[in-house]
Amino acid sequence: MATDHITAARELSQERTRLVRSGLRRRHRNEAIFRGLGIAAIALALGFVALLFVDMTRKGIPAFVQSNLHLEVFFDPAIIDVGPAPVASEFASPAQYQAADLRWRRELALLNWNRILEASLMAKVPAGTEITSRELLSIPETNARHQLREMFVANPDLLGRTIAVDILASANADNWVKGNINRSLGDAQQQLSPAARTVIDAFEADGTLTNGFAWALFTNTDSRAAPASAGLLGAFVGSLYMMLIVIVLAVPIGVAAAIYLEEFAPKSRLTDFIEVNINNLAAVPSIVFGLLGAAVFINYMHLPISAPLVGGLVLTLMTLPTIIIATRGALLGVSPALRQAALGMGASKTQMVFHHVLPVTLPSILTATILGVAHALGETAPLLLIGMKAFVAQVPATPLDQATALPVQIYLWQGNENRNFFEPRTAAAIMVLLGVMIVLNGTAIYLRSRLEKRV
Amino acid sequence: MDMLAGKVKLTQQSVTSAMNPSAALDRPIRIEARDVTVHYGAKQALFGISIDIPDRAVTSFIGPSGCGKSTFLRCINRMNDTIEGARVGGTIKLDGEDIYDPALDVVELRARIGMVFQKPNPFPKSIYENVAYGPRIHGLARSKADLDEIVVSSLRKAGLFEEVKDRLNEPGTGLSGGQQQRLCIARAIAVGPEVILMDEPCSALDPIATAIIEELIDELRENYTIVIVTHSMQQAARVSQKTAFFHLGKLIEEGATEDIFTNPVHKQTQDYIMGRIG
Repeated sequence: MATDHITAARELSQERTRLVRSGLRRRHRNEAIFRGLGIAAIALALGFVALLFVDMTRKGIPAFVQSNLHLEVFFDPAIIDVGPAPVASEFASPAQYQAADLRWRRELALLNWNRILEASLMAKVPAGTEITSRELLSIPETNARHQLREMFVANPDLLGRTIAVDILASANADNWVKGNINRSLGDAQQQLSPAARTVIDAFEADGTLTNGFAWALFTNTDSRAAPASAGLLGAFVGSLYMMLIVIVLAVPIGVAAAIYLEEFAPKSRLTDFIEVNINNLAAVPSIVFGLLGAAVFINYMHLPISAPLVGGLVLTLMTLPTIIIATRGALLGVSPALRQAALGMGASKTQMVFHHVLPVTLPSILTATILGVAHALGETAPLLLIGMKAFVAQVPATPLDQATALPVQIYLWQGNENRNFFEPRTAAAIMVLLGVMIVLNGTAIYLRSRLEKRV
Repeated sequence: MDMLAGKVKLTQQSVTSAMNPSAALDRPIRIEARDVTVHYGAKQALFGISIDIPDRAVTSFIGPSGCGKSTFLRCINRMNDTIEGARVGGTIKLDGEDIYDPALDVVELRARIGMVFQKPNPFPKSIYENVAYGPRIHGLARSKADLDEIVVSSLRKAGLFEEVKDRLNEPGTGLSGGQQQRLCIARAIAVGPEVILMDEPCSALDPIATAIIEELIDELRENYTIVIVTHSMQQAARVSQKTAFFHLGKLIEEGATEDIFTNPVHKQTQDYIMGRIG
């Protein structure tokens, strides 16, 4: 009967509801557990990142402040007893002028500028302090004498005049002022003599020595003679050259290779084989690329050791698989409808790819590029193998000059024996490196969102 | 036969606006297809299709899903070439030239035969760029002024200009579905084709947009040869002068639209029109 039919249907539906409901609690609980695990994983990862940042910042912030000495320097004519600077008009030819100028500079270089420095220091030392010349000169940085000489070469009119000059304090002085070295340690374990330490305290008290922003970190190249003035400039420029080479080489080659493999190459065993190999290349340890670079670029092609060009080439090889894989993925994601529309209009295959498909994939390519470059920026192992482990004190003028890179510089500073001075400085360098990476990644995200909005 | 007329509402409008059936078939033949077969890998999709497409008239292909009408349409502008593993046999001639001749440039062919797809797919560029792209790559415009003129006239012919004339620089993807499809028609027209192929152009649109496009097709047939694939028999009856019925990869029957719908010869055609199959 009709009512039996309805009752049976209702019972069936109730039974079904009961079944579903009994399983619901378990399903919701599983979901909550999974969500909890996800949040825990993220928290753990973020926690480690935060730990890294906080630790580095804590260690590195002090290094951004450095001690400076404010001295009144008298360019004593009794000490600087070379003749006046040669004037170009007095000579018959430019060559003769150059020769005379060189002679004058050499004579200046042979003078004992430390005496001038010492005199200006003694003027500030409190009366009655007993201190030897050597102890006194351990307070300013070792290269201060060169700084004074260069000031004079630039402006010979300084002869006989007294001017205010800012000089970096030495690394040991800096350590003492900042408390990086334990003040309670005995004289045998201190780097400075007791007299020097007393004078430094006196300088600090009367304002001769103040703490200022450590510009030296950014404007100087590395230095072993005067650690106080060791800076990142050379490493910056070296890394910059390498990044430029990577961008200029890896992007066109990588994108073109991906386009060819994806759009134009006939599907065959060979292309499959190539694809598998490219995927594997992305997983090869970076030091292997360093070995390759050393063998091919340096041994076989005789390119200069430790040059940014070689480093850039090695990093390009490392970044290529990343860009190729990302570009291929982006190309696969373009809707077939777009391709059909272009082909239906009578566009050739090349036109379809370059006018329609590629613009759509640009955000992904850009992101992959910047991520690849940021990754390459931090690579140290391959650079060490092509010779960048050496200490380089100049800014490379061209990509063929010897250079160093930011991560290598960090590695070198980490090995420096003046631990009290270089621990914070290494941390500061790491902060700079992280800062560059954050800027690069931020640029990638910004550019990507701009491009996506346009499309 | 009366019940057939009742099933398919041939409105007075469509009977008078459709040309005299015999006149449609008297027009010169634009496209000749003989024994066309298509294989997708091992599977055969079309079995020896032979049909003539008359000049400046609308020919419609009807039939149930999967019967091969879209496949055959794509043979006409060689879009099946882009599908891996597709093999086309037989001959198709456009104005007497075999379009599968290896010496023929397929890019040029697609400039002469335009296509409008089922789901509107404007380029992710501005409305102007959408329409200007074709003329630009085929070198049809000598100057910017020329290009502007082509764009405006194409949009006018597609009945879209008035609605978009103030926003030609806005992206084409920001238009409604019906407008996008008219944009796709405008972009197909801009290249100045002789034939326009339409693969179910209204199936993704609402009835009002559909009506606008059907009206557009009616205007366009004065200057272009149109082949339209459609699921809707009513649409075929309204819009076309010649109809071909496909079933399971074979061409069952073709002839003047009025004849097919009022006087079909084959039982399968009759069954389809009556709604018994498909």
